[in-house]
Parts: sequence; C-alpha cells; structure tokens
Amino acid sequence: MTAGQAGDPVVRLRDVGLRYGQTQALDGITLDLPAGCMVGLIGPDGVGKSSLLSLISGARAVQQGRVDVLGGDISDPAHRAGIYARNAYMPQGLGKNLYPTLSVFENVDFFGRLFGHGKAEREQRIAELLQSTGLAPFADRPAGKLSGGMKQKLGLCCSLIHDPDLLILDEPTTGVDPLSRRQFWELIDEIRRGRAGMSVIVATAYMEEAARFDWLVAMDGGKVLATGTPQELLERTGTDNLDAAFVALLPEERRHGHHAVVIPPRTPTADEQPAIEAENLTMRFGSFTAVDHVNFRIGRGEIFGFLGSNGCGKTTTMKMLTGLLAASEGTAKLFGQQVDSRNIAIRRRVGYMSQAFSLYGELTVRQNLDLHARLFDMPPATIPGRIEEMVERFGLKDVMDALPDALPLGIRQRLSLAVAMIHAPEILILDEPTSGVDPVARDGFWQILSDLSRKDQVTIFVSTHFMNEAELCDRISLMHAGKVLVSDTPAAIVQKRGAATLEEAFIGYLEDAISQQSAGKPAAAPAAPPVKAAPVPQAVPKRGFSLRRLFAYSRREALELQRDPIRATLALLGSVILMFVIGYGVNMDVEDLTFAVLDRDDTTISRDYTLQIAGSRYFTERPPIVDYNDLDRRMRSGEVTLAIEIPPGFARDIARGKPVEVGAWIDGAMPSRAETVRGYVQGMHQSWLAERARRMYGAAAAAGSFDLAIRYRYNPDIQSLVAMVPAVIPLLLLMIPAMLAVLSVVREKELGSIINFYVTPVTRLEFLLGKQLPYILLAMLNFLMLTAFAVFIFRVPFTGSFLTYAAAAVLYVTVTTGMGLVMSTFLRSQIAAIFGTVLVTIVPAVQFSGVIDPVSSLQGAGALIGQIYPATHFITISRGTFSKALNFADLWTAFLPLLIAVPVLLGLGVAFLRKQGN
Amino acid sequence: MRLRNIFQLGVKELRGLLRDPVMLVLIVYAFTLSIYTSSRAMPETLNRAALAIVDEDQSPLSARITTAFYPPYFLVPNLITQQEMDARMDAGLETFVLNVPPNFQRDLLAGRAPTIQLNVDATRMSQAFTGGGYIQSIVTSEVSEFANRYRGDAAVPVELTLRARFNQELNKGWFGAVTQVINAVAMLSIVLTGAALIREREHGTIEHLLVMPVTPTEIMVSKIWSMGLVVLLATAVSLVLVVRGALGVPVEGSMALFLLGTALQLFATTCLGIFLATVGGSMPQFGLLLMLVLLPLQMLSGASTPRESMPEIIQIIMLAAPNTHFVMLAQSVLFRGAGLGVVWPQLLALLVIGCVFFAFSLRRFKAFLR
Repeated sequence: MTAGQAGDPVVRLRDVGLRYGQTQALDGITLDLPAGCMVGLIGPDGVGKSSLLSLISGARAVQQGRVDVLGGDISDPAHRAGIYARNAYMPQGLGKNLYPTLSVFENVDFFGRLFGHGKAEREQRIAELLQSTGLAPFADRPAGKLSGGMKQKLGLCCSLIHDPDLLILDEPTTGVDPLSRRQFWELIDEIRRGRAGMSVIVATAYMEEAARFDWLVAMDGGKVLATGTPQELLERTGTDNLDAAFVALLPEERRHGHHAVVIPPRTPTADEQPAIEAENLTMRFGSFTAVDHVNFRIGRGEIFGFLGSNGCGKTTTMKMLTGLLAASEGTAKLFGQQVDSRNIAIRRRVGYMSQAFSLYGELTVRQNLDLHARLFDMPPATIPGRIEEMVERFGLKDVMDALPDALPLGIRQRLSLAVAMIHAPEILILDEPTSGVDPVARDGFWQILSDLSRKDQVTIFVSTHFMNEAELCDRISLMHAGKVLVSDTPAAIVQKRGAATLEEAFIGYLEDAISQQSAGKPAAAPAAPPVKAAPVPQAVPKRGFSLRRLFAYSRREALELQRDPIRATLALLGSVILMFVIGYGVNMDVEDLTFAVLDRDDTTISRDYTLQIAGSRYFTERPPIVDYNDLDRRMRSGEVTLAIEIPPGFARDIARGKPVEVGAWIDGAMPSRAETVRGYVQGMHQSWLAERARRMYGAAAAAGSFDLAIRYRYNPDIQSLVAMVPAVIPLLLLMIPAMLAVLSVVREKELGSIINFYVTPVTRLEFLLGKQLPYILLAMLNFLMLTAFAVFIFRVPFTGSFLTYAAAAVLYVTVTTGMGLVMSTFLRSQIAAIFGTVLVTIVPAVQFSGVIDPVSSLQGAGALIGQIYPATHFITISRGTFSKALNFADLWTAFLPLLIAVPVLLGLGVAFLRKQGN
Repeated sequence: MRLRNIFQLGVKELRGLLRDPVMLVLIVYAFTLSIYTSSRAMPETLNRAALAIVDEDQSPLSARITTAFYPPYFLVPNLITQQEMDARMDAGLETFVLNVPPNFQRDLLAGRAPTIQLNVDATRMSQAFTGGGYIQSIVTSEVSEFANRYRGDAAVPVELTLRARFNQELNKGWFGAVTQVINAVAMLSIVLTGAALIREREHGTIEHLLVMPVTPTEIMVSKIWSMGLVVLLATAVSLVLVVRGALGVPVEGSMALFLLGTALQLFATTCLGIFLATVGGSMPQFGLLLMLVLLPLQMLSGASTPRESMPEIIQIIMLAAPNTHFVMLAQSVLFRGAGLGVVWPQLLALLVIGCVFFAFSLRRFKAFLR
C-alpha cells in the first residue's frame, strides 16, 4: 500500500502546540497521518514523540491547535467518548499500563471488562489473543514477572481486545531483545493482515526498525523535520541508512562537528595481565539465577561490549564486578585482585556509570564533580585543575552552575561520564550509557570512549542494546537469560554465524538458546501459529453508566489488595495497635501522684490531715520534706508533684479557733495534671474540715451542710477506655481508609496505569465508585475487628443497637473513603498524599469533632468545622450505641449529615476528576 | 571511618535539603506556625462547658446557685425539667446536669443535710473531672455564704492556700508549646532521614556512592550529623523566637543543657528514621509505619498525659523509647529550671538508647544496601 492513498487521513493535526511549564514539548505541528497504514514517528528521546501520541490517543488534553482523530475533534468530549472504543494506546515503558501483581489472564480480562464484553465473548477473545502471541502457557504468571518482550506482547493483547481501528504504540520495543523485537513486528504484521484498514502509529528510537514502516515522520525539538516513506527520506538525504538520514535532516547547528565514529584498531600487548577477569561468575536471588557461570577476560585498554535485553543479567554482572553485589559463586578479578566489597583501595581504580542517571540533582554540575573528587580522596590542591580538565574534555563549560535535571539527556550522560572519570580510573564500567540519547550526541560520546581507550589505555566495559554501538567494540559478549551465548569480535561473530548483520547473528544465537531451553517441552512462543478464528461480533460498549465497568475496577483493586498483603495487614493491624495506644494514652484520670509533707507541727491532728491525703488512691506518699531547700530540690527534679506545708502550732490554733493556713505547692509543669490535683486536694481539704467540725461542734455544725452526690453516667467507673474507645474507632475509620483510598489513585498516577482510565470508555463515576468499593469493604472489616477488640479484649460494654451502629459505619466509611478520593483528584505524589491526608483528617478529627472537647464548647471556625465534619456525627452515634444504650430512633438526626455527605463527596469527586492528563 | 568523607557527605545532604522546598516548608511550618497555633488553640480544660439545672426547689438559694455559673468556664445554664434531662444528656447536649431537690433550702437550714445530685456525662473525660470539681466548689461556696447568715461560727478555721509552681497560672499554652517542640523534634528527624534515604534509593544515587571509596558507616553517620544539626538549629531558633518570643513562655532553665539533651535525642531518632526506611522499602509503607511509630511515641511518652497514670507495663515498655526520657528532661530543664545534677540520668539513658539504635540500624542499613 502506498501512503496517502487510503482516503481521509486518520489523524489531522493543525498547529498543535504543547508546553510543560517552561518546556515547549510540541511547537506548531501541522500534519496529516494517512489511514490504513503503519506510520512511524522517529527521533531520539525528548523530541515530542510521546507527547504527540498522548494527544492523539486522548490521554492528554489538547492545549493549542486542533487534533482530529477518526474524523472528529478530540477536544470534543462527545466525540472522544465515541472513539474510546475504536482506538487503543500502549504507552511508553515496559508494561507501563499493566498491573504487575495481576496475572497475564487477569490483565487482559480487566481490559475486556472495561470494553463491556460478556463472559463467553471475553474468554474466547482472550484465548485467541494469548494463543497468537504465544502467551497462553504463561496465563497464570504475574505480569511483573514477565520478560520485557513478553510484557510488550501482553500490552498488545490488552490493546487489541476490542478490535481497535487505530492502534497507537509508543516505543513498544525499547529495551527488548532483538528476537522478541522481531517477533513483535511479525505479530503486528499478522494482525494487520487479519484486519485490513486498521491504522497503526508507532514511535521508535531504533532507526533500523523504522525502515519497515510505510510512512515516517522525523521529529526533533518538538518540530517535524521531514515526512515521507523511508525510501523518500533516504533519497532526499542521499544516505544509505536512516540513522545517517536522520543526522542529515537535523539543522546545521545541531549537526555541528559531527562525524562518524572511527575507532583505530587496538594493538594488544602480548604478556599483559587482564584488567578484568570473570570466572564462573554466578548470582542467584532465591531460586532465580540471574547470572549463570559467566566467564570473560578483558585486556587493558580494550573496549568490551555486553549485549542483551533488559533483565538478562547485564546489570547484575556489572554490579558484581564493582563489588556492589557479592557473587554467589565464582570470582571476579580486577588487575588480578579479587573484587571484595570491603576493599576500598580497588574502588579508586574503577569508574562506574549506572544505568539510571544517578548524580545528585540538587547539586550543580561543579558541585557534583567536586564532591566526587573529594570522596575519591584526591589531594584538594589538584582538584580544581582536574575539574577544569574534565570540563574541557567533556564540553561542560557552559553548564557548570546548572542543575543536572535541567540539562538535556546527552549532556547529562557526558556529565555522568566526567564524574566517573574524575579520579582517572583505569577501568570504566558503563551500564547502557547512551540509551535514549540522540544519534549525534551518541557518536560524540563514543568518540570520547575511543580516545580514552586508545590514548589513555583505559579499559572500558560497556553494556548496550544498540547493534551499531556493539559493532564499535573490540569484542562483545551476547547475553541471554543469565548466560553468555558467544564472546568474540563483532566481525567474527557475524562470520561464524554466516549472517548478514550482527543483529541477525544475535537473533540466530537467541533462537538456538531458546530451542535448547524448551527442548522436550511443547513448542513455545515463537512457534505457535497465529490463530485466526471467525471474527467475534463487535460489542458496542455502552455509553453512560455501566455496572460492568464499575465492577471491573472493583475486582482489579480487590485483586491488587489481595496480592499486596502488607498494605492490608498494616492497615488492619495498625488500627488495632493505635486503638490500644490511644485508649491507654489519653487517660484523664490521674492516679498515684507523688506527694510529700513538710510538717512543722507534727501533732496527731497534723498527721491526721496528712493521712487523709495519703489514704486516697490518687496519691502516694514520699519521705517527709525537711526544709524549704529540700522542697525546692525535690520539686525541681519532678520527684514530688504535690508538697504540703503544715505550719507550727497547727493543732493548737485549731483548738483555739484561730485561723490557720495550710500551704500546698503543685507542680504546674503539666497544667492539666495540676488542675486535677488542685481539685482533689480541695475536695479532701473540705471533707476533712467537715469531719473536724462534726467532731468539734456536733449538731451545731450540721446546719448548712449538704451533700453533693456525683453520678457519673454512661461510664460509672469512669474508665478511660470506656470513654475513649467509642471515640477512637471513628478516628481510625477516618484516617486509614482515607489514606488507602487516596494512595490507590495517586499510585496509579505515579506508576502510569491511570492512562487506562484516560483512554478507555470508563466514566468518572464508574472509576470512582469502582475504586471505592473494595476500600469500603476493607474498612467494614476493620470496623468489625475494632468493635470486636473493644468489646471482647478491652471489655468496653456495648449497650445499644449494634445494627444502628453498623449501618452508620457503612455510611461513615463511604464518606471517609470518599474524602480520600476527592483529595486524590488533585494530589500528584505519594508523599504529598500522605501529608495531605494527615492534615485534613487528624487535625479536624482530633480537635474539632468532640473526641476530647465537646463540640458545644468550641467557638468560631472550630465550632463550624465541628458541626459539619462527619466524624462528629459518627462519634455521637458511636458513643450513643456503645455507652448510652441508644438505637436508631434516638440517633436518626446524626444520620442525616452523613447521608448528605455521601452524594456531595461523590459529586465533588466526579467534578474534580479529569478524564485526561495535562 | 574517615572524618573527611563524613563531612563531605554531610555537606552534600545539607545542600540537597536546601534545594527541596517541600521539606524546607515542612521544617519551618513545624517549628513556627504549628507550635504557635497549637499553643494558642489549647483550650482551657474547662471552656464553655454545657450545664443544665433542674430546679425543683425554686427557692432563693436555688436561684443563687443558678446565677453562679457563667462563661467562660460554663455556658449560661439551661433550665430544664426532670423529664428533659435524660433525652438531653443522651443526645450529648449537656455535659453536666445539676439537680436541686424540692425543699432543698428548708432542709438545709433545718440541718437535715439534703443532697444535690450532679449528673456527669463521663464519656467526656476531659471535662468530667475538672468540671465536677469546679461545680462542687462553686455550689459549696454559694451554699456556705448563704448558710453563714443563719448559723453561728461553727466552722473549722483552716484555710488551704494552693500555689502552683513553675507555671503559676497553669497556662496550658506554655505546656502545649513545649510539647509541640518535642513532637516536632521526633517527627522531623525521622521523616528527614527516612524519607531522604528512600528517595535516594529510588533515584539510585545511594548505589552510586557505594562504588566509591566510602563505607556504609560513613554514609550513615553523615546523614545523622547533617539532619540532626538541621533539627537542632531549628529547635534552638524556635525556642528563642517562637516559644520565648512570640508566645512569651518564660523558659527557666539552661538552654545549653536542653540543647545537649536534644542532640542526644536526635542521635536516637535519626537512627530510628534510618531503621524505618530500611524496613518499609517504599514510600506508602514508610508512611504507614511512620504513623504506627510516631503516634505511640507522642501519646505514651508522657508529653500529653502523665506517665504515672498509665498502666505499669506501658510505663516500663516506654522506658525504651527516647522520647520518654527527653520529655522528662525537657520538663525538668525548661519548666523547673533543673540543672545537670538533676537530669544526668535522662542524658545517660538517651545516650545508651542512641547507641543501641545506632548499632541496630547500622546492621540493617548494611543489609539494605546489598
């Protein structure tokens, strides 16, 4: 098929722009993408490919310009709702939109439910898809445990479950081994043959892949460089491969100084000691062997390449060489010395650059270089000179005071290399140093490596998955599933295999390795012929509200919760622990306070006075105080909380009817305790006086005497637990369910699976209710546990109607999880979610909802918050049913605010939740 | 262990913190606004307590009692009937109901010692005790003043003079401010070290350090001194500017001694932060763990309710927590002006706990890095 002949374009872009803060990601793009063919977006990382695809898929809101997809404006919600079921989007990143704890089958099943397929239809479709992708034997394996290639195939299954007309793939093969990559494209071809008319839009950083696409869009800096068929692009630039064509298409200033890398041949010295040596190097994690008896010897000044897919053991091998990981078996030697994580001296001779950018984003370029130089113990006098030298060599002059995060990827990689080189190591270990870097910067980077190796005799051990980089190495090892398949010069490998290219040779070795592995077993993935059963009638997804989609989310959330037992356990167990702590900790009753007496009278009567205090359960007596100094010292140290001073002549003066003064000092460091002590002492003083009066004056004293009988209602023994537990349960049912609910959405945002909500027909209401349901159930389980603990372990009597209590609890946890969901609609990071939840739950709940001070005692804003905050009303119900023997007829007024809060929160959630990213 | 590395790495931590606006805001908030508001918002124990009176006597004496209750301690009493009492208490509208029986005045003057009944909603513990005491003394003084007009001098003339030391007005705000400082010290030191460690691992920078000639001990000590120093400085500034300055709390004792205690407390809590980060590998788990650890530390250390009143087993367990000793030390030094001679046992306890935590966390930290 020739591009552009299929009639109307599938996507029409008019003057499309997009910016993230200061960064202009897309800039005035006007473009028509032809329908019914395979369109490729090519260019390195960060040129706007992913942004463009997310706009086309509807995952991101259009900021500027107009994007028409499948014949309508994507900004129009009605049109978007219609095309959710017609397009499919697979975002960048291995398994980004998959759920790692769910099995292969459950993942596809979830998508099937989202598109409203019935059980029979779903099962038939899933069986077909898994069969044709070769995933059928692994249907029960969790998605997180699949290899990169299998994850991408699974992602494809999930995208294809609803027979889309437009398939959008964002770098589907990045980080996947060449064999899986080839299988992936064969699969796509197969599917396209079966569904003529389906349009595919692919972004890729591998230029060699792009050669097989029908029509290409080359992008750089948020702009389109050129469009056309691969052939047209080659002709236009007069080059023979797309890599070179892309470089030629770049504007002049970007190409400046670029020339193809040529590494002069290496002249090995005969009797050299190998710089790096591995013998039977093995690493096991539990039962999984990540690296399996790997051997190699690398000479001084050699560039040694390590090739393989993500997860084949490259990084693990490198970590063992640097001493980051201790080998399970075998030895690694650097300069003939065994690697030992405790050997600090050897680390000075090695420079390591890890896969992810791992410099300090909060330090400037200069500070990063300086810190590393100092940590490597370079003499301080030589540091500035060395930094200068590195800056010169790696071209960092203009960015010395910039923060690394603000720099383009290519420069960051150069900085990483400069840091790894600062102490002039003899060995460099580089883990995928150029992934995502544009071809010009990549060539520049390899030129530096070449100089280091040839001029400075630095031994370089580098891993990569780019074949054209591998060809630059002196020798390479092909690695797969922890084993080295072959190790030789690139040319020798190609020759040995009789292949045309290194890639083909690699694929050949991989196929051999896989067929060896699965010998005896039924033919695995690649051998399975694609099954094409009779097409299943296309189900039209329901517009509007669908219970099936709602339950799809509930089911998935419940499965994930079930697979992550730590979260649920912490939530359940944690709440019981907290109830215990608060029940005991918030004790308003004060007992066993220490007191001592300074008795200057020392008569029967004064001792009688003391005894009155010592005899109560509130106070325990300490040795008497001797003088004021003693009193001062003992109160200062906190040994005595209450000190009583009885004046000389106490008994005599009482007998004479002369006024006497007894002094009492209370430790005021803790005011609430002091208040209580004051109350006790006054009470005891009064009753002692009354007692004395009766003895001295008999009946004459009776006139004017009365009793004040205090009846402590609802909690006759005035126990803290009885008072606190009914208030603590509402607190815990607020904090923990809200925290879980808010994290469940924010986590999806952080990990990227929120995209599934953006690009499938799920409505906002379905999404929110579906997410809420499992947490309501978990919270109710929590409620039952807490109540059981309160009644059976803490022995708090439950006197009212349990049914009323439970009904209120259902309403209440619906409200609290709803609060969490409302917050999740505008919080982005998990840390913010944790802090935010603490702020809006603990503070108002503890201070304003009557846990400690009754709402009627509050004033101003506190009183207003207290009156509308849901916890207030549930605490009323909880105390009423626990302690006051009440039922629904007494408490129905407290139900009303909760009943109102449920739809209000749901409405707010739906209003704030966005169906698109921005 | 080389001091130069520890210094360099610590400086790096400080530079990193300086560029993290969220954490900086959190530190400033915790040591200024949070202390200020929680000190100001701390209500008097008895504030606008809801009281109702069932007056079945309708005598001059009962009228006198009714008018004796007024804000701010009490709301103006509601006059209700016996029948309304139960319903209003059930609904939580009244915390106290005072029931003056029929013929109270007559019986009193006749020396028949009548009984006034005070009903207290004991689910509201905070007001139940203090409020009960206040009501008792108010009623007693009204009654005795009234009765004195009708009887001779038949009372025992002993006066009780109560004085509170160290905080004469029993101003709860003073106490609240210092408690909040103590809580902020524990929370921030744990969050700063713990969250920073998790973030460093997520970004892969910690791994990067390990290929350089530095040891795990050096990395850990650098985190402890740098983050500890930040919190120590913040504490000192906050004590001077916020607690003494804005809130006007008269801090009695020696600042230096208190800061020495704070430094030892920080040694223990920063180690605890590192330990928690090694246990909860991810941010959500660290968040949940943080709550599980922080809340008991704050509630059971003796900073919010007196230690003496807790069950004995809790008192013993809490001796292992640094906060308990720190709270004792802070109250002695800041309020009672105690000196080294008084608080040395607490300093020693903090040092021992810190060393144990350090040894334990270092072992976990080394395992965590593998």
